[in-house]
Amino acid sequence: MSEPATETLSVIVERDMPYPADRIWRALTQPHLIAEWLMQNDFLPVAGHRFRLTADWGGVECEVLVIEQYKTLSYTWAAFGVATVVTWTLTPTDAGTHLRMEQSGFLADQPQAYQGARHGWQRFAAALEQVVARLE
Amino acid sequence: MPDTQGVLFRALADPTRRAIFERLCRDGEQTVGALTSWAGVSQPAVSKHLGVLKQAGLVRDRRAGRQTHYSAQRGALAPLVNWTSQMAGFWQSRFDRLEDLLKRMDQ
Repeated sequence: MSEPATETLSVIVERDMPYPADRIWRALTQPHLIAEWLMQNDFLPVAGHRFRLTADWGGVECEVLVIEQYKTLSYTWAAFGVATVVTWTLTPTDAGTHLRMEQSGFLADQPQAYQGARHGWQRFAAALEQVVARLE
Repeated sequence: MPDTQGVLFRALADPTRRAIFERLCRDGEQTVGALTSWAGVSQPAVSKHLGVLKQAGLVRDRRAGRQTHYSAQRGALAPLVNWTSQMAGFWQSRFDRLEDLLKRMDQ
């Protein structure tokens, strides 16, 4: 999912962590743990659950899209009028777990429309990449 | 995050508007009429999309006689690039905090 075409418009952060996937999973899915590293929240590990992340600067409206224990978690992330999708992927390694976060932008509006919007967006992103390259 | 980014994102979230903007980037200045015959939607719909793009600073219009010509303003895309770098910084710091937490869970 990290084709060059989407790079300009997705944020990808990856890190190898010396911890087993189940521990990272707990940190990603238990509200009191999420609060320690991300924000206060009313998260529930259930697809379709709507939750809110709150911080002193405001809040983020979210909805769980995909949850596959110890492997994948994705939720919508709407803040400042910008709707995106955050996807966490956990891959076991010899030394622990490879953790990847991708925040992809420009979700049209509805989670159901996500696949279609994403496809259209990737095509556009390819064109945009050329435009941005010409800016520099 | 200033709302100019939100305006920009919303303007580009619609596939028809994206297509119009792409076309202006690719083929240069166009009249509403030319865009209408190409887009396969009504002229009022094209005009409405152009209005949204113009508000977001993505297109500029120029009147010549009875025709209005639209051109893409590529510089308006810069906030999108800024947005991704801001979010990357945000997530890097959250990864640091997550790692701290995982370390503590170890004990």
